[in-house]
Amino acid sequence: MKKVFLFCAIVVLVIGIAAMPASSLAKGKGPIKIGFIGPMTGHAAQTGRDMFSGLQLFLIEQGWQVAGRKIKLISEDTEAKPAVALTKVRKLVEKDGVHVLIGGLMASTGYALMPYVDAKKIPAMYVIMASDDLTQRKRGKYMVRTGWSSSQPSHPFGVYAAKELGLRKVVTIGYDYAFGWEVVGGFQRTFEDAGGRIIQKLWTPVGTMDYGPFLGRISKDADAVFALFFGGGALQFVKQYKDYGLKDKMTLLGGGTTTDESVLPSMGDEAVGTITTLHYSGALDTPENKKFTKAFKEFAGKAASYYGEGPYTGGKWIIEAAKKIKGDVEDSEKFLNALKTLKLTGAPRGPYELDKFGNPVQNIYIRKVERVGGELQNTVIKTYPKVSQFWTYDVDWYLKQPLYARDYPPLKK
Amino acid sequence: MITEFRVKISGIIAAFILLVILPPTLPSYWLTILTQMLIFGIMAMSLDVLMGYMGRPSFGHAAFFGVSAYAIAILSTRYQVGFLGCVATGFLLATAIAALYGLLVAHAAGVYFLMITLALGMVIWGLAFRWVTMTGGDNGIAGIPRPDLGIPISLDDPIVFYYVVLIVFVIVLFLLFIFIHSPFGQSLMGIRESESRMRILGYNTWLHKYLGYVVAGAFSGISGILWAYYNGFVSPMDAELTASFEVFLMVILGGPGTLIGPALGAGIIVFLKNFISAYTHRWLLIIGAIYILTILYAPGGVMELGIRFAKGGDKE
Repeated sequence: MKKVFLFCAIVVLVIGIAAMPASSLAKGKGPIKIGFIGPMTGHAAQTGRDMFSGLQLFLIEQGWQVAGRKIKLISEDTEAKPAVALTKVRKLVEKDGVHVLIGGLMASTGYALMPYVDAKKIPAMYVIMASDDLTQRKRGKYMVRTGWSSSQPSHPFGVYAAKELGLRKVVTIGYDYAFGWEVVGGFQRTFEDAGGRIIQKLWTPVGTMDYGPFLGRISKDADAVFALFFGGGALQFVKQYKDYGLKDKMTLLGGGTTTDESVLPSMGDEAVGTITTLHYSGALDTPENKKFTKAFKEFAGKAASYYGEGPYTGGKWIIEAAKKIKGDVEDSEKFLNALKTLKLTGAPRGPYELDKFGNPVQNIYIRKVERVGGELQNTVIKTYPKVSQFWTYDVDWYLKQPLYARDYPPLKK
Repeated sequence: MITEFRVKISGIIAAFILLVILPPTLPSYWLTILTQMLIFGIMAMSLDVLMGYMGRPSFGHAAFFGVSAYAIAILSTRYQVGFLGCVATGFLLATAIAALYGLLVAHAAGVYFLMITLALGMVIWGLAFRWVTMTGGDNGIAGIPRPDLGIPISLDDPIVFYYVVLIVFVIVLFLLFIFIHSPFGQSLMGIRESESRMRILGYNTWLHKYLGYVVAGAFSGISGILWAYYNGFVSPMDAELTASFEVFLMVILGGPGTLIGPALGAGIIVFLKNFISAYTHRWLLIIGAIYILTILYAPGGVMELGIRFAKGGDKE
């Protein structure tokens, strides 16, 4: 029996120690606390590290302080699971007392966090999470999206493909879940409105490693193929696309992640000539971007991709907003307002601001993979300035349409 | 001499007293973690019926958890069904799925049982992932409100919700304790030891295994209901293979066939996941090492270690 009580005493002690930081929370003006969440373990760990590096890099450049206050960065692992992210965000908010949250990769994480941050009134910076409805039909008040929405880069690209590339018939192939549907759906809407036609839509499960069966089904009538993949899937698809002899017959187009700088260095000549679209390119020829990519390479030891740029710029966004309110981040209403009305210049991706739904209005770059100085890069071949998430459509009309899905827009007969 | 039973009972009572008196002093974050421990504790105990008592380890136990969680999410956000309707549907649906799956798995044992349950579990995940109009697909369903019990106390308060979960936990523990100590539960253990012998003794072993599976599924459904209300959010990841693995490991760590052990295992895993990960991104390494050490040096799990420690000096 004695030992049982001894055990209980130990339990109490452990819990007590674990709980201590909360009770000793500084009452006065301590540091500004930024809570970062991202996948540090699991299949998306590399992406999570890139995100973390981007944010760290900015804060180092900033000297870990703003408006006379120190900055403290606390990071937590989400394992790329929304439920875990929610638990970790509770910890960051309730135990660590962070003033602002940043990060998150999966769209589902974005939806999971929204009710919580609204209830706790903690601004949350969505720098990567791109699901359309976060700033369209299911908006949250305390979410500040400085990243992008999935279909945003696809809209101008559809017009570009029809008008400037002169394509008429395109086959789409992409991951069979919300992100894939939205990127492909955005392309389909504007491409068809500009006179083109999608003649076939193929969907592959996330994690597919052999695209042979899908490539064999691609219609030979097509002028081009629009592909949406990321990570290992992107590497494999682009390679097999050439192996199956399709590269010489049909131009390969794609969503930004298909040739993102996080996978591009692992690709070979099979990727050259692929045209994709995103709100960022590592090859952007601006002084800000050159400085960023150089610093990122030195800091993280690898090429900067939009996964690094998003949190880097997000960190800058937080700091600029904190400056504007003279560091008074405890007033979360005021802080949120500053975050939402900021107009940022000098970001690697170019100038941008948020629309009234909280999504960036920013440059969209059409990029072509080229080999420059022995290395592959996404050369910008056209810039669409100030692109809104609704493209040129009427906002009310747009919001009345369903969200892009597997079968929406439907194939035209 | 200290008997194992006395150690267990005094341990449970001491733990229970702690769980009742400690929480009001805890900061809100640790309260939510404690709530999470209890919810997974219920799930781990339900899996223990299969793993520990029936000798049928399953890789698809998160399916029932997912089914009831999704039922709550869909009914309460889309159809505004009240608390009782949600809970009843969630529980019955999980039980019904278990009853259906039971028909397919009850004859199997060993690695075949693992494989079939794995596949059936993935079916539920597939439904959650692909039946987008109903489940929201990969984006999940957010904004599940805490239930209105029709009493003046709001479940939005973390401490109230904690005590509700604690009450459910104690009831489940009590029911499962009665279940496994009933003649029926004893027959499950008989099947674990030697199914052919039980059959010769005249037991309908298939039916016993079938019912055991359904009971385990139903209790897993209860934890799914609590989880949906606790998180206010469900996604396909809740029903995924890795979710099934995680409970599996909770049972292994706690000690299969001890009922309270798996609940303890669940508590330890939830604690470690949330505690270590604040200090290092390599926390999975540490948890992995703990598993390996458990399997090598304490195959009976933490429970066995605890009892060995408590009995300590008393050589039998």
